[in-house]
Amino acid sequence: MPDTATLLFLEQSLNALQFGMMLFMITAGLTLVFGIMDLVNLAHGSQFMFGAFIAAWVAGETGNFYLAVVVAIVLTMALGFLMEVTVLRHFYKRHHLDQVLVTFGFILILNEVARALWGAQGLSLALPDALNRSVPLLPGLDYSLYRFVFIVCGIVVSVFLYVLIVKTRIGMLIRAGASDRDMVRGLGVNIGLLFTFVFGLGAALAGLSGALAAPIMSATIGMGEPILIIAFVVIVLGGVGNVKGAFWAALLIGFIDTLGRSYMAAIISFLAGDSVSAALAPSLSGMLIYLLMACVLVVRPEGLFARRAG
Amino acid sequence: MRKQLVSFAILIGLLCAVPPIAYWLDDPFLLSLASRCLILASAAVATNLIMGYGGLISLGHAVFIGIGGYVVGIASHHAFNDGMTWLSNGLLQLVAVLLLSVLVALFVGLVSLRTKGIYFLMITLAIGQMFYLAAVGAYDYGGDDGITVFAKSRFLGQALSGHYLIYWVSAAYLTASMFLVARLSSSRFGLVLRSAKVNEARTRAMGYEPFRVRLVAFTVAGVIAGGAGFLMANHAGFVSPAMLHWTRSGDLIVMVVLGGLGSVFGPLAGTVAFLALEEVLSGITEYWAIPVGAILIAVALYTPQGVMGLLSRRRNHG
Amino acid sequence: MVDPILSVEGLNKRFGGLAATDNVSLSVPPGTLHAIIGPNGAGKSTLIAQLMGALRPDSGRIVFQGEDVTALATPARVRLGIARSYQVTSLCPDFSVLENVLLASQLRDGGWLSFWRPAITYPRSRSRAMEELSKVGLADRSDRLAGELSHGEQRQLEVAMALASDPVLMLLDEPLAGLGRDEADGMVSLLHSLKGHVTMLLIEHDMEAVFALADCVSVLSFGRIIASGTVNDIRKDPNVRDAYLGTEGDAHA
Repeated sequence: MPDTATLLFLEQSLNALQFGMMLFMITAGLTLVFGIMDLVNLAHGSQFMFGAFIAAWVAGETGNFYLAVVVAIVLTMALGFLMEVTVLRHFYKRHHLDQVLVTFGFILILNEVARALWGAQGLSLALPDALNRSVPLLPGLDYSLYRFVFIVCGIVVSVFLYVLIVKTRIGMLIRAGASDRDMVRGLGVNIGLLFTFVFGLGAALAGLSGALAAPIMSATIGMGEPILIIAFVVIVLGGVGNVKGAFWAALLIGFIDTLGRSYMAAIISFLAGDSVSAALAPSLSGMLIYLLMACVLVVRPEGLFARRAG
Repeated sequence: MRKQLVSFAILIGLLCAVPPIAYWLDDPFLLSLASRCLILASAAVATNLIMGYGGLISLGHAVFIGIGGYVVGIASHHAFNDGMTWLSNGLLQLVAVLLLSVLVALFVGLVSLRTKGIYFLMITLAIGQMFYLAAVGAYDYGGDDGITVFAKSRFLGQALSGHYLIYWVSAAYLTASMFLVARLSSSRFGLVLRSAKVNEARTRAMGYEPFRVRLVAFTVAGVIAGGAGFLMANHAGFVSPAMLHWTRSGDLIVMVVLGGLGSVFGPLAGTVAFLALEEVLSGITEYWAIPVGAILIAVALYTPQGVMGLLSRRRNHG
Repeated sequence: MVDPILSVEGLNKRFGGLAATDNVSLSVPPGTLHAIIGPNGAGKSTLIAQLMGALRPDSGRIVFQGEDVTALATPARVRLGIARSYQVTSLCPDFSVLENVLLASQLRDGGWLSFWRPAITYPRSRSRAMEELSKVGLADRSDRLAGELSHGEQRQLEVAMALASDPVLMLLDEPLAGLGRDEADGMVSLLHSLKGHVTMLLIEHDMEAVFALADCVSVLSFGRIIASGTVNDIRKDPNVRDAYLGTEGDAHA
């Protein structure tokens, strides 16, 4: 029977996998929007937040978790369509500074709207009993069924995206668009429709991710931005427009962050003693993934997996 | 050149007019408000250097304000709690701010300036977040709650406190920063920096390495913002991780944009506009962030060739 | 036998399946003007990009003044003495004409390490810049914004900028494109006057100019040099006639 240290490691690894999956779902849409439409969308984190709030609210009103997730996806996608059609589609050819301004404006509005609708305290989402239990994975290791389901959902989404991008016609257009926008236009494709589709897809994924995250994190105002920033790290490492790169980078970040937080205190204590550890560990464990990013960039400014499309 | 000197003379005149007005109205709060505005404007001047002239959009510039602030805060913490009163020496603190700002700027610059376009934005955002989390995690120094600055910086026995003193120092700092950036923009360095912003390939084809030039600009901007943070800590009497939050960097960008990118006096105008907007809107509604957001969207949407395109008029650089 | 200023040896560059540069070799003696002609898409711009260092060749060597610069970055090559003018205008439109040229000329006069004094107040750089502007005929437009110039004037400014860094080798990418008759004649006499002082590699479609100026002509087609020699050699070469000159309307044979 594996000892407690190994079991702890396995449990943390599963948590890392879950975190990585959540990151991937958020980042996939974001990197596609960057890569294909060259659009910096800071408000993507707000879509994550909206997914979480809508899911929490619907689940609170109806008691039906599964309905809540579906509604969250649909409404977040609708929000994405709304943002794209009314404002953002005018920014595809604009300078990144303009895009930063306009999406920063959206963040302000969306955070405040969420506060007005649901209050400053946030909403929590109680899981249905069927999901709210642990399953024994190994002797001595019971793991949260819900987190397990989360991981499975992440894998399903990854497979879905893979099939979509590699095997379908739309996917071909997406891949082509990521490397050569004008060429796709020259193919006579309705670029506007393609862009709106990609944007909506990204929003839906963010909404799904938020809805699934709500039971774990609770929906809170401004929850999207720290996650967005980590998504940026994933994109920097994985390469803009590169969904496959985003997948591996998300997993890498998930592991480094989760395991780093778990073991940072122990590692520093081992190296420099307990008092140093108590002072530094809380800061350092949060900084870890950014330090990783910085180190990678010093050596490889183009990122780890830098290659366009797919 | 002469036109610019006249403009600076007018600025100095206006700045000198504020304290007498405050005295006459018997409203010291006005001075405090003005000081806050001037300090923020200095940070905006720094942002304008890298963004307006350098074309570098950084969502992490508030880190330098935080550096300046936390030097004062940490010094105050140890001076007040541990009796290390020598830490309150203003000159010592300024040297620390300078050194730290340069070091951090070199680090951030080395990591981020060799990347292209969109990546720079993401990386500065991420690194800014890293420093923010470091501050939040620093439990010994208040963590999320921050540090109250009981022991202000002292210069030759005089503490940097009092509405009038802080105002004059802030006004001097802003004027000096603006003048420095104005000289930089019309210098050979400035010419190459601005050329690299517009046409990087051509700048390289003229024999310059944009990376080096940008690193210098980034460092100077970091130091100026660090100084602003130093003043902010003494003025507000309080430092916290919120000073470094990426939304503060976003605010700086908005201030520079509102005032006009790549212009000498734009950052001040933009800061005044931004703060005035905040004041007015928060008086009207509790959810004032919504109209602010809407205004940002409108500005971005309706400026004809985009905000950067507003630069198509010749800027006065001597 | 003088060493060539520029020596290109077996340069290759492929983009996927396409050979943009196919085993290109050439040698340019000092003070001469070597013209590169060829139909559109022959790979002329790709070749210049590799010579400047904007593009890294797959194989081959570029030797400048005896030094192998193949791996050297663009700014370093320029500091060594290579300069280029652009076919697609590549100026700073919001800078004045003078400032554009100053950018180039100040390189030799201290570079960018000057932070306080306004760039235009340096007399030596300024007078050198004005000198180059006079040579191309733009001296009276020095205070205009570069973006306000006509297309032809921008071409002239491009050449002034290339000259201003006091280069040993100038790579000229279609400097005559879009110029009126008088302006073109002026440009041709300018280039003619430079021969003997500056070594030049000229890419051009204007056959009259090429035949008037070139000491040596190389014909590029599908990335390969199909003929190389004096103006007369090229005029008589049947391959060249078929591939290029035969299709040109210009019958100044």
